[in-house]
Amino acid sequence: MTVLLSIRDLAVRYQRDGVEVAALKGVSLDVLAGERLAIIGESGSGKSTLALAIAGLLAKSALVDGTIEWPPGQLQPSRFFAPPSVLPDISPARGEISSSAGGFPPATPEIGESDRDGSISPLVGEMSGRTEGGAVEHRRSNVRGELPRLGRDIGFVFQDPSSSLDPVMPIGRQIAEVVHTHLHLTWRDAYAKAKTLLERVRLPDPEATLRCYPHQLSGGQKQRVAIAAAIAAGPKLLIADEATSALDTIVQAEVVTLIRGLVAEDGMTLLFISHDIALAASLADRIAVLRHGELIELGQTDQIINAPRQSYTRALLDAHLGLDAKPLLDRKGASA
Amino acid sequence: MTVLAVSNLAKRYRRGGKPFAAVDEVSFEIGPAETLALAGPSGSGKSTIAKLVLRLIEPDAGRIDFEGGDFLALSGGSLRARRARLQMVFQDPLAAFNPRATVARVLDDPLRIHAIASRAERPLRIAALLERVGLETNLATRAIHEISGGQRQRVAIARAIATRPSLIVLDEAVSALDVSVRGQILELLLDLQRQERIAYLFISHDLGVIRAIAHRVVILDAGKIAESGDARTVIANPQSAVGKALVAATPKLVRTSQEAS
Repeated sequence: MTVLLSIRDLAVRYQRDGVEVAALKGVSLDVLAGERLAIIGESGSGKSTLALAIAGLLAKSALVDGTIEWPPGQLQPSRFFAPPSVLPDISPARGEISSSAGGFPPATPEIGESDRDGSISPLVGEMSGRTEGGAVEHRRSNVRGELPRLGRDIGFVFQDPSSSLDPVMPIGRQIAEVVHTHLHLTWRDAYAKAKTLLERVRLPDPEATLRCYPHQLSGGQKQRVAIAAAIAAGPKLLIADEATSALDTIVQAEVVTLIRGLVAEDGMTLLFISHDIALAASLADRIAVLRHGELIELGQTDQIINAPRQSYTRALLDAHLGLDAKPLLDRKGASA
Repeated sequence: MTVLAVSNLAKRYRRGGKPFAAVDEVSFEIGPAETLALAGPSGSGKSTIAKLVLRLIEPDAGRIDFEGGDFLALSGGSLRARRARLQMVFQDPLAAFNPRATVARVLDDPLRIHAIASRAERPLRIAALLERVGLETNLATRAIHEISGGQRQRVAIARAIATRPSLIVLDEAVSALDVSVRGQILELLLDLQRQERIAYLFISHDLGVIRAIAHRVVILDAGKIAESGDARTVIANPQSAVGKALVAATPKLVRTSQEAS
């Protein structure tokens, strides 16, 4: 299978109360194009840090080592990929080739090559080389190859839709803005697309929902809106970071079904971050297990569930309280 | 004999100008050392019932008998005195505690307020409580925000048992914990129940957890009881539409090489 993105020796450290805390330690992982990969772990395992690192959303103060490489040809070509000041020659050419060929431009490998020093990124350009305490401080210099754009190439769904949606902006505007910004449609077309997206996430009465504010929707409906915004620009990669953890069981199952359907329809790659191994297993092709910032096990879902190699993975499986587990009440004999 | 008997409890709110019943004609009983779980989707009335039982809000109709007396008739000093026997543990202990307080301070409060131990006795009682919930006694001097989530929930349980209650209301008390810690906290709750004969009103959206710890379950839907009965029987064979939906929606871990756990 084609590799969508390649993570090598990724280490992330945070400064907390003057003490350095390692959130990720030497994580290497290939995310395959079109797969559903679950990242599971307990609090502090680094699973959210990994998601944020891939999305380029780490705090500026985070100390990052290692690389996240997007091999050439995986991202959508865009006329607005990089400002001419950074890429005067390649950028316009890329646009022409991609629009005429309708595929991925042959120029991309060169971009990947020329990016080895990390200076291609407009985000990185100004800060390149600035270090503190011996580590590169800015966050995007570790991304090699093409630079993914959050919103266009990566859709991100967070746990709490109330904090990811703007409380004073109508739903329709929030989705249309993504479409307008990344797909360069007119506002009129962007709103039409927003309505289609609300239909796709199965919100009742999309026309009325366009004019709603987030507080008028339930938690599950808000998460559907957040998903609509995340997939609005047709990203290659959808990252769902505990996206169903705050929802009740019934709504969680509905949203998982929705995500599964959308990912299949659009041929997206899914990164599903969860603390719930049973939920992850119901959705993922492969499962990666993180513990204390380290990737301790990665395998096909069936292997992880039925033949885990690590005792920690086995412990996580045994701690799951399923509807067929022996009740704790019986384990100690006594009963009221 | 019952510890708690709730009959025809009702609580109505107005939403968008229209009256709506958060809790509608709900009745149930809990016996000593028994765990009754309340399950149901968001908005089914679980937490409203918890608040009514704790008298954090007042019902519009119905009756609550606690330890054989009319709990709703109590007020002032008699209510405060009776409240020592009825404790609570919430989902997020960080939100329930003063974050700047130390563990010792959190445990000192109930002992002092309910005059359970003299000033001189209290440090010993605090140490005993910490040991009782499986914590090191030197944790007493730590600030609440410094300790882990699992430790904090143990402190919340220690505070709840400090006043020797007959009933503890646990509202999603293990929902925010990691699975490994969750198992330990459930074991601790079972231990305490067996030794001190404490009854639990255990509110959870997670049928797996309910099945592990509860004797009986009440499944709520839109403020009404949809069905109730022995926890394992109901979960194995739900009769109501909402019960069936909850069971169907619970993530299943299908392990072909199932080993005895």
